[in-house]
Formats: sequence, C-alpha cells, structure tokens
Amino acid sequence: MGEAYTVFVCAETPCLSMGSEDVYRAFEAEVKRQGLSNVAVEISGCHGHGLCNHGPSVVVEPEGIFYLGVRPEDVPEIVSAHLRDGRPVERLLYRDPKSGRLIARYHDVDFYRKQCRVILRNCGRINPEKIDHYIAAGGYRALAKALLKMTPEQVIEEIKRSGLRGRGGAGFPTGRKWEFARNVCSPEKFIICNADEGDPGAFMDRSVLEADPHAVIEGLTIGGYAIGATTGFIYVRAEYPLAVKRLRIALDQARAKGFLGKNILGSGFTFDIYLKEGAGAFVCGEETALIASIESQRGMPRPRPPYPAQAGLAGKPTTINNVKTLASVPIIIDRGAAWFAGIGSEKSKGTTVLALSGKIVNAGLVEVPMGTSLSTIIYDIGGGIPDGKRLKAVQTGGPSGGCIPARIPDTPVDFESLAMVGSIMGSGGMVVMDEETCMVEVARYFLSFTQAESCGKCVPCRLGTKQMLEILTRITEGKGQEGDVETLLKIARTVKETSLCGLGQTCPNPVLSTIHYFRDEYEAHIKEKRCPASNWERLPLKSRRGVRAPR
Amino acid sequence: MREVDRSPGVNLERIKEIVAECKVERWALIPVVQRIQNEFGYVPPEAIPIVAKSMKLFPSQVQGVISFYAQFYTKPRGRQVIRVCRGTACHVRGAETLLKMLEERLGIQEGETTPDMEYTLETVACIGVCTLAPNVVVNDAVHGYMDPEKLAKLLTKGEG
Repeated sequence: MGEAYTVFVCAETPCLSMGSEDVYRAFEAEVKRQGLSNVAVEISGCHGHGLCNHGPSVVVEPEGIFYLGVRPEDVPEIVSAHLRDGRPVERLLYRDPKSGRLIARYHDVDFYRKQCRVILRNCGRINPEKIDHYIAAGGYRALAKALLKMTPEQVIEEIKRSGLRGRGGAGFPTGRKWEFARNVCSPEKFIICNADEGDPGAFMDRSVLEADPHAVIEGLTIGGYAIGATTGFIYVRAEYPLAVKRLRIALDQARAKGFLGKNILGSGFTFDIYLKEGAGAFVCGEETALIASIESQRGMPRPRPPYPAQAGLAGKPTTINNVKTLASVPIIIDRGAAWFAGIGSEKSKGTTVLALSGKIVNAGLVEVPMGTSLSTIIYDIGGGIPDGKRLKAVQTGGPSGGCIPARIPDTPVDFESLAMVGSIMGSGGMVVMDEETCMVEVARYFLSFTQAESCGKCVPCRLGTKQMLEILTRITEGKGQEGDVETLLKIARTVKETSLCGLGQTCPNPVLSTIHYFRDEYEAHIKEKRCPASNWERLPLKSRRGVRAPR
Repeated sequence: MREVDRSPGVNLERIKEIVAECKVERWALIPVVQRIQNEFGYVPPEAIPIVAKSMKLFPSQVQGVISFYAQFYTKPRGRQVIRVCRGTACHVRGAETLLKMLEERLGIQEGETTPDMEYTLETVACIGVCTLAPNVVVNDAVHGYMDPEKLAKLLTKGEG
C-alpha cells in the first residue's frame, strides 16, 4: 500500500441521474469505516470516456483505474479489495466490446486513447467545487503570467499567434475580436461568456462548466484584462442548474482568493464577474439578443453594425466569447501560442470538442485535433453504430447545421471542411443517424424547433420557417405534392439571405442539406407516399407494448 | 383523485420584499421575475404591476418580457412538473412517443396541468444529457434511457 489514492466519483448530470451521489456517500462512509487514512474521496466532472451511458463511473487515481456502473453496494468491495489490498475489482472494469478484453486503466480505452484533451484538460481529474484542485493542476498560473508579466497588447498578440478561433460556431479569430474591443476608447467595457448552449444535441459547454468552471473564469478574466474591461458576465442557460451552482461556488472561491475583485494579484487590474441566468430562449445565443436579455429586455436581435465591439451592453464596447474559447485561453497563455498552433489543421488550430450522441455505441464528449476525420470519430472513438445497423448520416451544428451523408466519411472536422459539405461546426453537436432514420423527418424536426424559437422580429424568419414546417409536415404525413421540393428550396434560400440574425440565416440548412444529399427520400415520400428509411413511428423505442399507435 | 389543491393566496408583501432586494442589481427585471417564480412556482399576475412600478416600466413591458421567455409561467403549475426533452438525440431515440404516451396517460396536452394540480406536462428544447437519450425530467431529477415501461413505473411511483 503506502500510496495515497484519490477516488473521483463522477458528479455530472448523467452520472448523477444514475445515482452517483449515493456512490460518493458510500465511499466516504466505507473509507471511514475501514479506517483508511490514505484515501481521499472527491467528486469530479465527467471522466469523459464516452461511456456516460454505463455510469456512474469512478476513477481511482493515481493509477487511473476505471470502474463503470458502480452501485453503492459495490463500494465496500472496491474499498477493501482495491484501496486496502491493492487488487482492483475485475467485474466492474470496462470490457472492450470488440476484443472482449478487460481494460483497467482509462488511458487504454479506445475512446480515450485517440483523443487530445486541451479544453477538457481538467475534466474528471479535479473536484470542480475546490479551487485548490484547480490551482494544483496549474490553474490561475496563466492569469498571474498575463497580469504581472504581459501587457494587454502582448496577451492579444499571443492569442492571435495561437490561431484560436471562436468555438461558439462562427470561428472568428479570437485575437482579432479582442483587438477590436481593445482599440475602442471607452471608460467602461464589458466581456461576456456566452454559456447559452441552446442547440439541441449539444452539451459540451454544460460539461466544461460542470467539470472545470475555474478555467472559464480564468479565461474570462484574462480576456477582460486584454480588452480593458471592468466587468464580466457569464450568461448561462437556466436549463443547466448544476452548472449554475458550480459557477456560483467557483466565483465565490475566486473572489476569496483574490483572483477577482480589486487590484487582482497586486497588478492594479480590477475586474469582477456576474452570473446571469437565461430564461429560456434559443435566440439569446445570438450576441445582440444575448445583450438585450442581460439588460432584462425581450431577447431580440438587432441589425449590425454597430457591432457589440463598438456598442454593446449599455451601449458600451462589449466582447462575447464562447465557453470553450475562454477555457482554451489560460492554457494558451501558460504553454504558449506555438504549442497550441501546433495542434489541428492549417486554418483551424487547436482542438474541437464534439458532443457525440444518437445512434452510436459510445456516446459522450470527444475532443480531437481539428481536422480529424468523421470516420475516426464515429468508428474508432465512437465504436460505430449499435445493433449492426449501417451509418446513414451525421448531423452537425444543430438546427444551424446540416446532415453529412455516410458516403463521405473522410470529411475532416474543421471549420472549412464542414462548410464545404454544406454543414457547419456550430457549437459541436454531432448526432449520428442510422439507416432507419428518416431524413425528411429530421429536417421537419429542426424546423419545428426553429419555428418555435424564432423571435418573430423579421418577416423572412417568422413566416419562412412556418411555411417550410408546414410543407415538411405535409410530406412526412404522406400528403406531399409535386413541386414541394422546389418550393422548399426557394423559401430556404430566401430565408437564408434575408433574415436579420444567425438564427434565420442558418435555420434552412437542415432543409437544404437533406434535400441536397437525400433528395430521393423526399421524392419517395411525395410520389410513392412511403418512407424508404422506415416507418418513423415504428422505429424509436425498443418496446412499444401497450402503446397505441399515435397520429 | 386527490383533493384539489388551490394555489395559496399570493403574499404581495413578500413580492415587494423581493423587488426591493433585487433593485440594487443592474438590469434587475429578469432576475426579479426569476426570484418571484422560484418562490411561488410561477409569476402571479398580481406581481406584474408591483414589479413594473419599481422598475419604472409599464406593466405591458414587464408582461412582454415574461411572455417572451419560455421559462416564465403566469399560472400555477403542478406539484410534479414532467418535462420531456426534445433534443435531437432524444428525438431520434423516441421522445415523441414518450410525449404522446404521457399526454394519453395524464389526459392533458403539452403545457397543461392536471385539474388536481398534481402534474404539469412540458417539453424542453434540450437538457444536454444527450448520452442518456431519451430523457424525461421530473421536477429536477433527470431520468435517462426512458422507455414505455420505465415511464409507466415512474408515474405509478409518483402516484404511490
């Protein structure tokens, strides 16, 4: 024995919903009962091994032994056999579905081995509710470096050289965004963290906030210093109660340690961060709508210019960055721009975090260098499609994105390549669809979402989404008419070109890309009144006993 | 069926207290409404003129903000708020069927509350627990991997 163990029990939403809190308490009680003094029990964010569906998961460090599906009644055995006697409990280890081999250490799990963790560097390895853990992992070192050794201009220069681009979806160079804001002369400026992850199918911001809130706070503070802001805001979705709770804890701790507030680290820089909870509106992810919402107005976008960098919150210069962008900032300052620029593809530097879900064996967060191919992500990391089905399409970018058909599996995942195949990176949602998924229905689903979420301010978006939804609904119900596809294309292009904000400009993408790649499916619905994929109503649930056929 | 639970009389004094506490905050309207809702479970219409007066707004402006956001409610909600996640992953794994099942079982449509005030049925755009899709949230507890059997059990437990 002799060695000190730390038991990390995952306390992210999926594992919590499977009872990880009871597992944590059982560990605490059992370690105490057996009188082991060299074991620390901690909660952590997602271990991120793509096995959230087999939770609750527990990792024993420093060996990195990885247990899945741990129940409170398993805890005494783990404590006595593993923590006391040094013999890991085999029956709870991960078994590789391909080789059938037991894998004890998470580093050796396929899902994990092919990843490159930059943004998720601390997820699952620290207790997100303890600032000391973050500091021990090198946290706030970058803040000290930026404030004490670098001028704001040098910070911006470093970020520019790293090639960091906004991870919220548009991919705008972060350094340039900061430079604009820096160059505007104003006694008061703001910097906002956009944590309004409203895309259905995306959960990476939630995960980062739940697992490593201090990284976002540190990045936001460095950004504030770089642009000359006095105040920061984190605008977070109220649908993420755990993220809100952990952020509040983290902000209090950062203030207590002097990383926020007056004269931070004796540098003369004064900055504080306030939390604003969203109230449920997808359009508030759009920056001008987000600003209106922080100001307690209806979250409606307004035309740009003026851009927020010129006149944003309260008419003052304002910068808005995504959670993942800000979480990347500290490590870039700490390890240098060259290190970051060495990862990724030519025009898209660094890594991307993808929320892999849908018809996939290993669902979870995946962080890979930009430019990794879709097939690597789906087959090597995601473990392929369950139940022996075939891959049909991958939907990226949520309602603003498109469907990439299975026949182009080598598409690299970066900003440029996805745009070339008619989709977008978006915030990183990646929903895998198998052969039974009806693509017309997928388009209808996204339109029903955007139609409901359109703020209604501009006509093309308000009426266009409604029209498209009506046509798509008709087609899925077998009432499609000759010429519907052409009408859809015409409306889609108009809405795309004439809408006021990003929501309207991108919401026709699911329609356009499914028509482009799966036009035959539309034709079959319209002409033959049948769905070639499957009967949508028949497919989803394993058992439908006792359920009357809907519709 | 249980005894009908009427929503208790709204304590206007308490609303005034909340308004006074939040007033110091910059851009306080949404946070005030959020706190009122946290305490009362919904935003009582009686609160609107009070909030408006303290923020120097017209009541219609306050109403306009409340009606814009999906998470503000001006009617009392049931003791158990059941939300079906409609995220993409949940959708491709059968959320629509779950919603229909709940509507049938509870005898109410999405957005409605049962007459005995026990259940409110809602949908949510995405709760970000896509790995466990399809998900149903009862009050704050996430229930992943839902299927008709589990859902039926969940309801019986709630009634038990």
